[in-house]
Amino acid sequence: MRPFTYQRASDPNAAMAALAASRGNNPTDPAVQALAGGTTLIDLMKLDVMHPQALVDINPLAGNWSEVSLDGGNLRLGALARMSDVSAHPEVQRNYPVIAESLQLAASPQLRNMATLGGNVLQRTRCSYFRDVSYANCNKRNPGSGCAAMDGVNRMHAVLGTSDQCIATYPGDFAQALIALDANVEITGKSGTRSLPFAQLHKRPGNTPHIETTLAPGELISAFTIDGRWPRSVYLKARDRQSYEFALSSAAVALDVRDGIVQDARVALGGVATVPWRAREAEALLKGLKFDNGLAGRVAEAAFAGAQPREHNAFKIDLGKRVVARALHKAATMEI
Amino acid sequence: MSDSKPTSGFDRRSFMAGVAGAAVMPMTARGQGPAASAPAAQDPSAPVEMTLRVNGKDHTLSIDARTALLDALREHLGLTGSKKGCDHGQCGACTVLVDGRRVLSCLTLAVATLGKDISTIEGLAQGDRLHPMQQAFVDQDAFQCGYCTPGQIMSAIACVREGHADSEDDIREYMSGNICRCAAYPNIVAAVKQAVPEIAKG
Repeated sequence: MRPFTYQRASDPNAAMAALAASRGNNPTDPAVQALAGGTTLIDLMKLDVMHPQALVDINPLAGNWSEVSLDGGNLRLGALARMSDVSAHPEVQRNYPVIAESLQLAASPQLRNMATLGGNVLQRTRCSYFRDVSYANCNKRNPGSGCAAMDGVNRMHAVLGTSDQCIATYPGDFAQALIALDANVEITGKSGTRSLPFAQLHKRPGNTPHIETTLAPGELISAFTIDGRWPRSVYLKARDRQSYEFALSSAAVALDVRDGIVQDARVALGGVATVPWRAREAEALLKGLKFDNGLAGRVAEAAFAGAQPREHNAFKIDLGKRVVARALHKAATMEI
Repeated sequence: MSDSKPTSGFDRRSFMAGVAGAAVMPMTARGQGPAASAPAAQDPSAPVEMTLRVNGKDHTLSIDARTALLDALREHLGLTGSKKGCDHGQCGACTVLVDGRRVLSCLTLAVATLGKDISTIEGLAQGDRLHPMQQAFVDQDAFQCGYCTPGQIMSAIACVREGHADSEDDIREYMSGNICRCAAYPNIVAAVKQAVPEIAKG
């Protein structure tokens, strides 16, 4: 690991002042980096994928930035809340099972105790060519150098949202729940706080796979908010091991069913796309209809209509369709 | 035991360290956790003065800011019970408790644990009396090579205290962050089950 300076931010203003030094730097490898749970950052610093010259420890901000509150039927999750605490929160479990499950099925108990919600949505891809600096050609790590995964071992790579520059999978689970529920993300910067739809936080790789989010240098995620409650929601995750493994394919599903008719439906996909992925055209097929397994199958087909496999990852399309259909069935039949 | 060094005496570890001729860190320390906002003004190669509270005892160290908690425990405090497996947060061998919560010491910066209580495997036994979880691992033969065992035991204690040891399925799920390459898993599950009532007694 390369040398860095360490400082602790006692309040948001101090954090903003310290992080401001990162303005104008490479957006995905800034010279000044915020340290929260550290589970991605320290790992990638050890691998020499990230090399900040200064770390600003923002954990002292947790006093104000880690609240979980459900006021007037709207959920607010502080960005420094730990994954384990939010997944165990009774109100989250009761009103937003898709959130609780997406957090509980991620990583390991130790990592969930460390990792924060804000850091979780910003975790970097697990693409082995991105993580191994002995491969020179990675457009995400080394812009313009090519992509070793295209014709390499790409079993774990994405089939949706890819470009001819990058097929790295977005690895997280929680982000799928957020994008499904139309969450907003609250962002704090030097000039104050702004809010934007979570769906606008991540950027598809396109021609600039090294630019992963719309966050400006020095900005921090301070909270996530969700309007309304979604008690009929599930997160289903298929993986190589039963526990402690990234998704091969996952689905976040939320339904609003009244008198047997689907009033509103949300479907998001994980493990198969380059960014948190909302299947809007697919979910629209459900609205106004009575749920049955035939309908679930048509939704699943539509969700993967644009999928583009490479040599080793075509299985994710069949697997993903089954995951979507099963998640829909589970949500439609759950007792609430 | 002295404040920050293991008791002397010949062992494999001190022999290897001696042969390797460990470098001495210059002691031009800067204070732990500066709250200032001028990172460029600091020298990243200067050691950081920090206090670690481990198993109820304070240790003052002057070490590189890059030092992971695991390396601070093992290399600077001589507490080699916590093990380095993958060093990337994937195996759980380095699991310790920080303020009672199980975390991975390999992905935790030592400097970031200021003011926190760190518990390691060395702090469990009371004299010759093993902690109930240690005794359970012995009774159930819950290891072969033993390398993952300190991490398994620290993780298991937290697993029970969290209330995640009510069934064998729960134990398997909530112990999944600790890999055992000898695959002693059935015995580990049995050990955790055995220790539950003992730990509940307090």
